[in-house]
Amino acid sequence: MSFMDIYLIVPSAFASGMIWFVLLAVLLYIARDPAHQAIRSLSRVIHNSMRLSASAVARSERWMLQRNKDVLLAQGREAAERMIEREFERIDATVRRDLAEYPALHRQLSEEATRLDEDYQSSVEVPPAPPGWIKAVEAVAKIPAKGDPVVSNILEDIHVSLEKASDDAMEQCRKSSRERHQILKGMLPHWRRVSQRLSQVNKNVDSLLLRSKSIDRHMEEYENIVQGTNQAVRTLSSSSITQFFVSAFVLAIAVGGAAINFNLIATPMAEMVGGTSRIMGYSVASIAAMVIILVEIAMGLFLMEALRITRLFPVIGALDDKLRRGILWAAFIFLFSLAGIEAGLAYMRELLMQDAAATRALLRADGATEIVQNSHLWITTAAQMGMGFILPFALTFVAIPLESFVHSLRTVLGVLAVSILRTVMWSLRLLGNLARFTGRLLINVYDLLIFAPLWVEQLIKTSGKRKAEAVDDMAEPETVSPLARESA
Amino acid sequence: MKNKIYFNLTLVIMPVLVLLVACSSNDAPVPDTRGVYLLIDTSGTYTQELEQARRVINFTLSNLSPGDSFAVARVDTGSFSEKDIVTKTTFDARPSVSNEQKRVFQANINTFLKEVKSSSHTDITGGILQAIEYLDETGAGHKTILVFSDLKEELREGYVRSEIPLALSGYSVVALNVTKLRSDNVDPREYLGRLDDWKQRVETGGGRWRVVNNLERLESLLEI
Repeated sequence: MSFMDIYLIVPSAFASGMIWFVLLAVLLYIARDPAHQAIRSLSRVIHNSMRLSASAVARSERWMLQRNKDVLLAQGREAAERMIEREFERIDATVRRDLAEYPALHRQLSEEATRLDEDYQSSVEVPPAPPGWIKAVEAVAKIPAKGDPVVSNILEDIHVSLEKASDDAMEQCRKSSRERHQILKGMLPHWRRVSQRLSQVNKNVDSLLLRSKSIDRHMEEYENIVQGTNQAVRTLSSSSITQFFVSAFVLAIAVGGAAINFNLIATPMAEMVGGTSRIMGYSVASIAAMVIILVEIAMGLFLMEALRITRLFPVIGALDDKLRRGILWAAFIFLFSLAGIEAGLAYMRELLMQDAAATRALLRADGATEIVQNSHLWITTAAQMGMGFILPFALTFVAIPLESFVHSLRTVLGVLAVSILRTVMWSLRLLGNLARFTGRLLINVYDLLIFAPLWVEQLIKTSGKRKAEAVDDMAEPETVSPLARESA
Repeated sequence: MKNKIYFNLTLVIMPVLVLLVACSSNDAPVPDTRGVYLLIDTSGTYTQELEQARRVINFTLSNLSPGDSFAVARVDTGSFSEKDIVTKTTFDARPSVSNEQKRVFQANINTFLKEVKSSSHTDITGGILQAIEYLDETGAGHKTILVFSDLKEELREGYVRSEIPLALSGYSVVALNVTKLRSDNVDPREYLGRLDDWKQRVETGGGRWRVVNNLERLESLLEI
């Protein structure tokens, strides 16, 4: 029995369609209330479940936000503590250095002051007084000569004596002035030294003042972080994302360095471990080269950790200084040895390449041509060996961006997780509302399909109502005004 | 607690397994290695072509890597014999030793090419059977038989070859420098028929058949 056999109740397709429509409309009209309830329940179930899920996701998002904030603040607090600690260490070093010299400085300044005082005392000596007999000479000079040759001779003698005495006094005065000038000249370096020392003291004090300002700024940031202000969180978040990108960039550079290092030692590794064995599709020589590079990076991490430059392994940082120094030296010795091995492998690589080139040339030329050696080949060899030795130490510094990357990755992942949770929450709410309004739409569409029975029902209801009103009107006189009825 | 124990056990077992795999891989057959067997026809006038064979051998030597195997054998009256292998080697895993082996190999070939004498008959089938035996022993992942010959098989009376199937599954057979004989010039169908016969025999045995007559372009010779 085909579909058409069932469909064609009467020979006419249109008439059959109409019959089916009427039948279905009647059936749907009969099932209207349960159908409406079913649609409404379904849409409500979906809407509520979506709303509940969205609430759960919102709670997770809030928790994640709080967690991100806590982590960010903890990281920021730690960083600020480190900065403040470092500033205090610097101040401590400055104070130790300068204040340790203070007694010596004080003694030097005192000595300089004493010397200056002595010099000053020496320089203030009174100039020699004019001779006491000057007044007597003046009196004699007032005696009138009147052509008396005796008096004239006496006066002439006095004049000569006075000139000589005047010259002697003048000479003595000059000598005294010269000596005082010499003393004053000798004071100059003392003044300069005093001035220099005071400038140094001034510089040290200024440096301390600058440090104290820097500490004030860090302390302010630290207080903000401890209080958990939004500004602190925003600043830390922005700083963390910047750090993430910067450290990722530096790590990418380091990966490039590691790749070059790998190429440098992978070929000669075949000479040690063979070039044919494979593990999971990778040649053992390549794996061995990679392991050496990874061990170098690990040693670099330990070295940086033991130097307390990074804090990826708190266990190493918490060790006592003797043990920490032991780890530091062990890591350095391993690194140095591996760098030496790499330099040797780089040299071997050059030898192997030369050997391979010689063999290829021999095979190309049927053994007739001699291999011409390049006299500048040692430059390439030396460069390769240098790179082989230096790159392991350069890779040591990967620890610093790696630490930044790991710390900032936590924040970036947290921000991403919050974004994803928000998107999920929005999607769930959208789906819930869609379900709710789709339910309403389905009810309306259902009613649209059975518009004819509904119309008939409406007619019946209206006529019944009118009849009932007519009966009521006949039974009771109208006591309520039409206006009051309308308002009711 | 139990999970932690399992986790710790896994941490211990994993490196051990990795080490076991690393150790076992040295003895296991390595599928990436190549095995090449070159048959050189030394019959009749074909000995004049042997200088060309030297180029093929040098090219092959320069393209093989550590771990690969290479053998050169002559095709004479009865080629199904180890005595016909001129020189053979499996290159060491260390590149420096491998280069040294290549130089020694080339020296052996030079000596052979100086002293070679022409044979009265041509037993190509016997040579291919010997090649299969040798390459199977090497355990190479990719096996190639190079046949440097005019492909005209001339068997001594009593030698049975045509009824023996060639088990060439996984093999590439490359005919090199297939020269045309005087009779081929009279009737080219002979030459084409010879090539077709060999192609059919190789492909029936499960092998891949190729012909390379232009020895200026040997790049495709060892294509896997």
